[in-house]
Amino acid sequence: MTAFVFYLFAALSVASGAMVVTARNPVHSVLFLILTFFNVAGLFVLLGAEFVAMIMVIVYVGAVAVLFLFVVMMLDIHAVTLREGFLKILPLGSAVALVLLSELTLVFAGWVLAPDIDAVRAAPAPDLAELSNTEAIGAVLYTDYIYLFQLAGVVLLVGMIGSIMLTLRARSGVKRQDPLAQAARPLEDCIEVKKVAIGKGV
Amino acid sequence: MADLWTNFLWPLILILIKIMAFVLPLLMAVAYLTYAERKVIAAMHLRKGPNVVGPFGLLQPMADGLKLFIKETVVPTGANPLVFLLAPVVTFVLALVGWAVIPVADGWVIADINVGILYLFAVSSLGIYGIIMAGWASNSKYSFLGALRSAAQMVSYEVSIGFVIISVLMSAGSLNLSNIVRAQSGLWYFIPHFPMFVLFLISALAETNRTPFDLPEAESELVGGYNTEYSAMTFAMFFLGEYANMILMSSLCTILFLGGWLPPVAVAPFTWVPGIVWFALKVAAVLFFYLWARATLPRYRYDQLMRLGWKIFLPLSLGWVVVTAVALHLFGWLPK
Amino acid sequence: MSSISRSLRGFLLLELLSGFALTLKYMFRPKVTLNYPYEKGPLSTRFRGEHALRRYANGEERCIACKLCEAICPAQAITIEAEPRDDGSRRTTRYDLDMNKCIYCGLCQEACPVDAIVEGPNFEYATERRAELIYNKQKLLDNGERWETEIAMRLEKEAPYR
Repeated sequence: MTAFVFYLFAALSVASGAMVVTARNPVHSVLFLILTFFNVAGLFVLLGAEFVAMIMVIVYVGAVAVLFLFVVMMLDIHAVTLREGFLKILPLGSAVALVLLSELTLVFAGWVLAPDIDAVRAAPAPDLAELSNTEAIGAVLYTDYIYLFQLAGVVLLVGMIGSIMLTLRARSGVKRQDPLAQAARPLEDCIEVKKVAIGKGV
Repeated sequence: MADLWTNFLWPLILILIKIMAFVLPLLMAVAYLTYAERKVIAAMHLRKGPNVVGPFGLLQPMADGLKLFIKETVVPTGANPLVFLLAPVVTFVLALVGWAVIPVADGWVIADINVGILYLFAVSSLGIYGIIMAGWASNSKYSFLGALRSAAQMVSYEVSIGFVIISVLMSAGSLNLSNIVRAQSGLWYFIPHFPMFVLFLISALAETNRTPFDLPEAESELVGGYNTEYSAMTFAMFFLGEYANMILMSSLCTILFLGGWLPPVAVAPFTWVPGIVWFALKVAAVLFFYLWARATLPRYRYDQLMRLGWKIFLPLSLGWVVVTAVALHLFGWLPK
Repeated sequence: MSSISRSLRGFLLLELLSGFALTLKYMFRPKVTLNYPYEKGPLSTRFRGEHALRRYANGEERCIACKLCEAICPAQAITIEAEPRDDGSRRTTRYDLDMNKCIYCGLCQEACPVDAIVEGPNFEYATERRAELIYNKQKLLDNGERWETEIAMRLEKEAPYR
């Protein structure tokens, strides 16, 4: 049963991954990318790593892919013009793909060829029956890897500040509303109540 | 053969029965939420609301449903038909799947998973897709603007909702919704976390695109927003999904802050009442707040909405996470 | 001081709370809705509704085919054809009123020298097809018979101001 579900998720994620690359409409590509993320999250659940699966869905599907979709929808990309230089880039692209593939193969081959490398791996997950994997991840992340974890956070912060600095510009002479100032205006300055006699006007 | 029955078929049937037991009352609740909304808002406007179809207008939701059901589904010429029809389905399904982890009473839950709250958070963050797909596939500028607004708004408010959830999680010490409720048996969290309770209520309004944050469907400027081009059953599915989402967010609020199925005081007359009744009453109270807010508040302007989300709610909820962590650590209140 | 109290008011959402209190208070006020088909609001005696052609008490129709209403009608909704009757009196053979065109200005009843064409108090004559809204003489006379009591009462009440 588990094997069947695994192959279902695996086949779907590979198929939708292929569709991401081949779909003509960029928006469809992003939608297929979301499907891929989902299936990968399903695979994580099968591994017993439900925390990673949920974080995967929240972060990648719920936030990153939304921004992708946002940009792709607004850019109005035409698939035809994108394909123009396809043959020119093909050799370079295939070279990069080849390097990636060989590296992946090396990583997996390492385990098979040298079984003792397994011992070097970080502490494997504890028994799921006694500790939920949220706690297991937290225990590893906030003890052994706390500096690396914080460093990753700082890198993200730097990235964020950098992008804000790039886009932020203070222009002079811009008329804009200041909601605080608007809300802080006392009532007496805004309206004046007058008793108007009939037929007299103000 | 018998093996197949006990290991596979029977659990499957059991789960289907459970799902039906959740979904049917939920859809009834959605139908009568629309009725309650019209009645409550009418009362606040000094009107009577629907009172013609059936006694006190009680059959009005059925009549509306029937009307939408027999109308024609129009797919605009310039639309992308597949995505156009997929969008309402996505919205509707996402509004329903969240209910898989909601404990309506002690042990009354379809899937009591360890990461229930994360699952709910994930499902609610996916709610954007239905809307953004609808906006893009309709090939109409109003739909598109509505969808863009909605996506930006939901992403912004999800951040503060996430931090609110984190402060509650730290106090409860569990990601499991049933355990979060059990952790509140002494004190409901809306008392110690009162500012976060208010913040969650407001963010939930923004998350479900309700007034005063209903800019995605602001009828005075965007016609109908993302559902401008939708008609008949496709529209009905958006509508049902939106209201089911409201109930889902209210249940989440009940579970996180109002003690879920727990009675207000654990003494004799209150403990006789079954947990599901308390749960339903609390959800109804939160939903009443939704309707009340709709009758009371005017719509926010878009820049003010973004300012509220990023410049006020985010620092406030982040600060509260720090305050909670420090307090839990200093006073030794950490769970377990 | 005022800035502190102001920011405190903002943070405690006091303005919002007072708004919410107001709507909650209104929720329990008596409703002002009229249960329309069963309850109806008062109508002014000058209300201009569906048209009617009136008759004298002896059953003779009032309209003398002077065509003043046709002439004054700004929407050109009235069409009249006339011929001398067998007894020599001038009467209409055709009096068509297109209610789709009519703007309910009331100029026809102002123009009428014999109070024949009047606008009555009836406003519930919606139809499913436009053709049903093109009234002929018979329809208008029938209207006159049906609403005569109300129309007479209204004319009597309005008489001092004319």
